[in-house]
Amino acid sequence: MTINKEHFRRALQHSPFHSRLAALSLTEEWTGWNGYKAARTLDKLSTEYFAVRSSCSVMDLTPMEKYRISGKDAFRFLDRLVTRDLSKLKPGMVTYVVWCNDDGKLIDDGTLFQLDEDQYRLCSQHHQLDWLLISSIGFDVNIEVETHEVAALAVQGPTAYSILTEAGIDGLADLKPFGIAQLQCNGFPLVVSRTGYTGDLGYELWVDPKHAESLWDALFAIKPRLDIHPIGLSTLEMVRIEAGFIMPGFDFNTAESTIRADYDRSPYEVGLGWLVNLDKGHFTGRQALLAEKARPVKRRLTKIYVDGNKPVREAFIFDAKHGKQIGEIKCATWSPILKANLAIADIEFVNGKLPPQLWARVDYQRELKWLSIWAECRVSDKPFYTPEHRSATPPANF
Amino acid sequence: MNNYDAIVIGAGHNGLTNAAFLAKAGLRVLVLERNPYIGGASTSRELHKGWKYSNASYVCSLFRPEIYNALDLGRHGLRVIPVNSSMTFKQDGDYFGSYTQPNIRRREIMRHSPRDADAVVRFDADVLRWCKLVRGFLLRTPPNPGSLKPRDIFELAYLMKKFYELTEAQIYEFIRFFTMSIAEYLENYFENETVLTHYSGGSIIGTGLGVYSPGTAYVLLHHAMGDVDGNVGAWGFARGGMGSVAKALAGAFQSYGGEIRSDAEVAKITVAGNKVTGVELASGEKIAAKVVVSNLDAKRTFLQIMDEADLPPKVVQRARNFKIRGSSGKVNIALDGMPTFPALPEGSTLTQGHMHFTDTLKRLELAYDDWKEDRWSADPYCDMLIPSQYDPSMAPQGKHMMTVFVQYCPVNPDGGWTDEKRDQFGQTVIDQIGDYSPDFKDLVLHAEIRTPRELENEIGLTEGNIFQGELTFDQLAFNRPFPGYAQYRGPVKGMYMSGSSTHPGGGVMGAPGANSAREILKDLRKPDTTPEAYSDD
Amino acid sequence: MTEQMDVIIIGAGHNGLVCGTYLARAGLDVLFLEARDAVGGMTATRAIDTDYHTPGLAQTSFPVCTQIRKDLQLDSFGYSVGKAADTISLEQNGAHLRIGQQGPSGQGVSNSDTMAFDQLKKEYLDYAKALRPLFQNKPPRLKDFDFKDKTTLAKLGWNLRVGLGSDSMNEFLRIATMNMYDILDEALENEQLKGALAADAVLGHHMGPRTPGTVLTWLNRLSGELNGSLSVVDGSDSQLGHALRKAAAASGASFRLNASVRKILVEKSRAYGVEMADGEKIKAPLVISNADPRSTLLDLVGAPELDAMFAQRVSQIRGAGDVAKLHLALTGLPEFTGLAGADLEHRLIVAPTMMYVERAFNPAKYGECSDNPVLEITIPSLQNKSLAPAGHHVMAVNVTFAPYNLEGGWEKAKDQFASKVIDQLCRYAPNLKSLIANQELLTPQDIEREYHVREGHWHHGEMTIHQSFMMRPLYGAAQYDTPIDGLFLCGAGTHPGGGLTGQPGHNAAQRILAMRPAS
Repeated sequence: MTINKEHFRRALQHSPFHSRLAALSLTEEWTGWNGYKAARTLDKLSTEYFAVRSSCSVMDLTPMEKYRISGKDAFRFLDRLVTRDLSKLKPGMVTYVVWCNDDGKLIDDGTLFQLDEDQYRLCSQHHQLDWLLISSIGFDVNIEVETHEVAALAVQGPTAYSILTEAGIDGLADLKPFGIAQLQCNGFPLVVSRTGYTGDLGYELWVDPKHAESLWDALFAIKPRLDIHPIGLSTLEMVRIEAGFIMPGFDFNTAESTIRADYDRSPYEVGLGWLVNLDKGHFTGRQALLAEKARPVKRRLTKIYVDGNKPVREAFIFDAKHGKQIGEIKCATWSPILKANLAIADIEFVNGKLPPQLWARVDYQRELKWLSIWAECRVSDKPFYTPEHRSATPPANF
Repeated sequence: MNNYDAIVIGAGHNGLTNAAFLAKAGLRVLVLERNPYIGGASTSRELHKGWKYSNASYVCSLFRPEIYNALDLGRHGLRVIPVNSSMTFKQDGDYFGSYTQPNIRRREIMRHSPRDADAVVRFDADVLRWCKLVRGFLLRTPPNPGSLKPRDIFELAYLMKKFYELTEAQIYEFIRFFTMSIAEYLENYFENETVLTHYSGGSIIGTGLGVYSPGTAYVLLHHAMGDVDGNVGAWGFARGGMGSVAKALAGAFQSYGGEIRSDAEVAKITVAGNKVTGVELASGEKIAAKVVVSNLDAKRTFLQIMDEADLPPKVVQRARNFKIRGSSGKVNIALDGMPTFPALPEGSTLTQGHMHFTDTLKRLELAYDDWKEDRWSADPYCDMLIPSQYDPSMAPQGKHMMTVFVQYCPVNPDGGWTDEKRDQFGQTVIDQIGDYSPDFKDLVLHAEIRTPRELENEIGLTEGNIFQGELTFDQLAFNRPFPGYAQYRGPVKGMYMSGSSTHPGGGVMGAPGANSAREILKDLRKPDTTPEAYSDD
Repeated sequence: MTEQMDVIIIGAGHNGLVCGTYLARAGLDVLFLEARDAVGGMTATRAIDTDYHTPGLAQTSFPVCTQIRKDLQLDSFGYSVGKAADTISLEQNGAHLRIGQQGPSGQGVSNSDTMAFDQLKKEYLDYAKALRPLFQNKPPRLKDFDFKDKTTLAKLGWNLRVGLGSDSMNEFLRIATMNMYDILDEALENEQLKGALAADAVLGHHMGPRTPGTVLTWLNRLSGELNGSLSVVDGSDSQLGHALRKAAAASGASFRLNASVRKILVEKSRAYGVEMADGEKIKAPLVISNADPRSTLLDLVGAPELDAMFAQRVSQIRGAGDVAKLHLALTGLPEFTGLAGADLEHRLIVAPTMMYVERAFNPAKYGECSDNPVLEITIPSLQNKSLAPAGHHVMAVNVTFAPYNLEGGWEKAKDQFASKVIDQLCRYAPNLKSLIANQELLTPQDIEREYHVREGHWHHGEMTIHQSFMMRPLYGAAQYDTPIDGLFLCGAGTHPGGGLTGQPGHNAAQRILAMRPAS
């Protein structure tokens, strides 16, 4: 991307979908996301939420950082970068990965797309060029930022498949979760991956910014028959917690921006130990993680149900046995579909074990008055909400 | 004859801070100032009718909020406005801007180097970590590592504890940060020459070192450590010029019953039987006090206003060897209007911040090479501000005041300074600005040019060194000003130091003055009126 | 075909030899793999042409560390300390300054100069002595100390606090990070004397006298002086390299010359051998590299086997050589204005003032050669007649500053630079030019190529404070072991750094033996 000198006149830049988003925004509630103007909400939260869970939602993902990684050593480079064993990754597949610094602390997570032999796209929440280039010493690999060269849209919800098909995107029936397809829509090419951050049936669409508006219009042309709704970051926050996804920089500090010692987190500590393969070849942080694994568990990001109906953001967690404060809630939501308080909490383990009885101290407001209650927490081993239609192939047609 | 509990020599900002805390504790305190005006280097005078200059120091970010709060300086009229940005003009007609708005800052760095825009995250986190560590030590008295007194051992243990809150790797990184050159340190993060140069500049301001000299990375903290209302690293501009800092401090001091006498040059600290008895003024007048605090730099204190016979020979030798090398000049300019800078787009906000003209490390280092040869830099590093853009009290309406800090300027150019050479030096600076602003020269109504000679003669800084002594490790913490005398007490009973020659050193920070007051009050068994440092955790 | 050894040592420089000999004497099977055709690294004799030889890259040296000399019985293998060499700082007018065993002498030297010099020297030798526990052991870590770290720190603390006393310790803490320029300016008045000492502190480094940290490089040099006086290296059989080779062989170590290692074999962060340039693999559970840290970790191991930030930090180790070597084959002994023939057995330097040295350094910062370089001159053939035909001589000259990364490249500049240096030499020895039979100039790039040292740096890495002690060559590999299990470093790139002390090799051997599981 070439940036001209005039860029200083606007703190947040407009995404290629901005004109369409702005036209549909009732609330005009905008926020900054990676330097882009992004919608916090566009409509009532419940309307947006049920679009994801019962019809179809559209979200602008352009601000996600995207890197094109290619070259002779691209695979070896990526395998040394991430904790996961990539040997099963094939062209046309996506995988979820995390990567660590030398101390085995998480730098970020992301989705890795293998677009072709020696052609990959890494999609992440935070800026990674610095780390990717540091990691590239000794590899014949080419790394380019394509954040601004690729417009991205998440189309998520039970009717997502039908809408895309009806919009003229053929060839989705056989696309399995974590699959990628190079398809056409009204004469322009696009890449579709069956991925998402909502836990529902859904696709992510990757397209040249010059076709962004046409793509949007093609989808919204279906609206008279099948409802489709743009959503903002607030709704995403609800559904991603339901789906049990964590967010680097929010649920835990990313290592590169951590100032205080021990304020960063390892994959084990955020419950992503399953992404770490200590038996594959060398990767950054391997020795540190090996050492960590040999020690008793210190803490873990834990999915919990909090009893009652009081909003539980920013509450402390206590060990009922000792009355000791042992953790804090990192993110939480009321789940309209489960009618439950869901939260992800950073909890210190006692002697390598999760204390059996946890309570949250919840402060909440009623008519501006602050009240406080104790609520019992129950640990959930699985994501809170995983509908079956999410992985059905082919998906149901509407 | 008057009777004071304490006399503070020099109404610089540290002297006034010191005096204010002493007065707050109930002491009868007299501040003696040689000049007809107060403030030392924190002064604003009208040298051209209608224009107020910050004649010497020109920004304050290091000024400790704890002191601000404890002395109620806000009510005494101090207002510190954050400076918005900084920028560097490039020789190719482009420029690099460091904005405070994070998205714009990032995009501007990206314009020059996408990699550097990302590396900033790592850089900020690391520098903030060192800031957090070092900031905790600013309002503390350094321990004497050679002493076995309980308080020194406790203090040393405290420092070790703080240090050991870092991880092992961070400890090594901190040592590296402390001992590396700014250029090499920044190369751990950045690749773009303009970015490197822009962020290096702060580390040579006021020092007799170059960007490739080990030890300069640390000086970055002396500029990045300041915070204006939580914006770490933000510079602040005192409304009404730096004289406002002195004015507010004087206001606080006087509200506690303190007394200031200007035009009262101290000729000598009088000593009898290894105890101070008071001071003798240049006029011959003698004023008695049991406590005498020198806010002058260590060289002046021990070599000029104290009698060699009253001092241990070691102290005299140490004072002679104290590194206090003037390396900076200052040009303050009254402007008939706002100069334009064709490199900047119409409406750019970058004129409101620091402006620099040096875009390569080599140019920065060459400027230093000139200084080593006792020449002023032919292509100097300038830190230029036009504060009248947002402070209407500095210049008449529609007119502007410009302050230019110049690095490097020698103490003793071949044959010594003359007025003619001084003007040539000023012309070098004006020409450099003129290269980037074609209408600038025609707008100059008056220029106050300050070489180390003027800085020394006017405000009493030896060799015009703005920090009252180099900020190298051999003169920091328990080595500042000298090993064994870093706890503000002089070698004579009742004699103390409060200037920037003492820990934690230069910058309009107030910490040396406050720390010194704490030690004095402790010796006098008076209640401690000085504030404790705010915690970052 | 694969061979199995206990220990492979990559590079038979003097530190590798020291390390390997200690290990061989501890009963391990040691194999040295040396890429060049001779052992000794920078101390190996080299030919200018068939008739003239020079002792190698190192042209003056302090005796090897006394402990090593004793432990390895080097004297029984022919080692002897060379004749003490004075330093003669040349002036064009013949008013030379001589610094000998008895201190400085010469026309401009006053009594007070001599006294001040003695005092300074004594003070700094005391500091160097106090630092011995630090130099003679692995650098302690600053967290998770092991027993050895604790004893090192305790000894060091005792030496500083009790040995030096509180005043002297405070003074040490003050000067430790300072530059030579300032401490010499504080202590001495004689410009020529200051210039000569300043040159000692910066020779071999990318530093000028005003560069903070040069006091430390000087202290490092003085710690060599604790083992005895400086002497001119002459390449004879009594020299360190030869004695070490014999000592190593006698303890059962084997050697392969012209044996270039391409790769250190690593699996799951453990080294298990090496692969030679011809593809041959040799296995060993211990691989010790006497090569510089950057070559070892980035080229032989490879960044992919390391953590990313570690690899990045290795790549950022500073160590671009800044000294060129001029060798002259002479048909006779040159005449130096104001010097007698016997004086030429000593070490001659051109460094008349501190500012001269600083000005020589200035251009190096910008990738340019000094206009008036600092020179260190020896004529080793005066001691070792076999280096040149009868009556003929060889002269070795260290020329600084001559940066590795020369702006515009060395290709074009090399000959011009050599003749500039010769012209400069002629100002002190007018008949020199007429005696030159042959010459060679080794730029840092030549040194890199011929001695397999990254960027041609004598010390395998700058000896700045941030690359010293527990940060040499970098933290995470500063205790001779590396993130690769079974791979150790033992060269000048490790603590305590360069010089023919053998100390890094010794410390590495101690570390390896201490880490070896008890069998």
